[in-house]
Amino acid sequence: MASENVKTFTDANFSDEVKSGVVLVDFWAAWCAPCRRIAPIVDQLAEEFNGRLTVAKVDIDENPMTPSKFMVRGIPTLLLFKDGDLKETVVGLETKDRLTQIINKHL
Amino acid sequence: MNTALRDTAVREIAQQVIIIGSGPAGLTAALYAARANLKPLVIEGIEAGGQLMLTTMVENWPGYRDGIMGPDLMVELRAQAERFGAAIIQGDVTSVDLSRRPFVVNVEKTQYTAQALIVATGASAKWLDLGVDKKLSGRGVSTCATCDGFFFKGLPVAVVGGGDTAMEEAIYLSKLATQVTVIHRRDSLRASKVMQDKAMSTPNIGFIWNTEVIDIKDLDQGKVTSLVLCNTHTGAKSELPVDGVFIGIGHTPNTALFKGQLAMHDNGYLKTHHGSRTSLPGVFAAGDVQDHVYRQAVTAAGSGCMAAIDAERFLSGTLHESEAEALVDPTTA
Repeated sequence: MASENVKTFTDANFSDEVKSGVVLVDFWAAWCAPCRRIAPIVDQLAEEFNGRLTVAKVDIDENPMTPSKFMVRGIPTLLLFKDGDLKETVVGLETKDRLTQIINKHL
Repeated sequence: MNTALRDTAVREIAQQVIIIGSGPAGLTAALYAARANLKPLVIEGIEAGGQLMLTTMVENWPGYRDGIMGPDLMVELRAQAERFGAAIIQGDVTSVDLSRRPFVVNVEKTQYTAQALIVATGASAKWLDLGVDKKLSGRGVSTCATCDGFFFKGLPVAVVGGGDTAMEEAIYLSKLATQVTVIHRRDSLRASKVMQDKAMSTPNIGFIWNTEVIDIKDLDQGKVTSLVLCNTHTGAKSELPVDGVFIGIGHTPNTALFKGQLAMHDNGYLKTHHGSRTSLPGVFAAGDVQDHVYRQAVTAAGSGCMAAIDAERFLSGTLHESEAEALVDPTTA
């Protein structure tokens, strides 16, 4: 139950979607237990940073090209882009406080 | 939630019993405390559900003759605790103050207080301590085969370790990777006989004995390309080309929150005595955070039950240090 503020990116639209602004992307899969733990935190971040940060998810089962392009070899992985450039990579579980700090650095 | 309020004020919520952690120990404590009408609050933590969430089939949980999937077992335990009134909240405890009662438990900007506290924070996977392994985490280094094995379909991988965790990872990965090489620093496995036999009889699992990983390449490329190995007997060095390495060398107890507040063993595990009591009256510990010997789901659950019963007796004033000591250990009177 992703929040309505969370978008879904695909291999087809990924590079266009991260082109401008600050974008946080959550790479996940249905079978990944830790991904289910970070999902509600990602939803809350989308709500709290609404308007200042784009938050999106990429299902790695359906979109194998994007994770491969960014060398994602473990999930959950969060990537933060600013105007198309990769700024931050967060692998594994992280607290909401810590993620908030990371996002704030780029806003 | 009101953002202004959250930003300016600390919310305070008073509880009788707080349980930190939501693995088999925390949820069993919650089940017993809830049935004792203590309305426990469980703060589940970032690794909600505990280590079993990262396993596949659990074949040694009593009552399931065909085994049960780890994550399914945790869903059941959670629902069972909730059925009797346990409240389970998301969130990771940021700090605790055990110097006064009620004890203070902070979860970001919310402050909880409790008359009794059950610590069931468990243990987390250990890393190799090479520095490079953490830097390449998510780039080919992993502590969770069921999470990250997917990325190594048709590629060679290594597993470091010789216990049950390492064997389970190797067996899981053997179905995805072309070749799984287990690297172990001793000449025999620590794993249970069943797991050893399973791993040994899998055709694409190989073993390198008496060997340690001393480096992981290649940080410059930002991915794993090979492992530098060292034979612990001869000191001979070699390189093993792999795309991924899974670390299964054991666990570290999650006790950082309690440093300087609760007594610990040298290895960081919480000290308990007379059941689940910690060094501080009113604070009880259960599961892997205080058990570096058995570390089983069922022993964690058992100690969670003990902690809930001890907490209940403590709150009703019927847990007497001296009596329990006399009963349990007459020699120390």
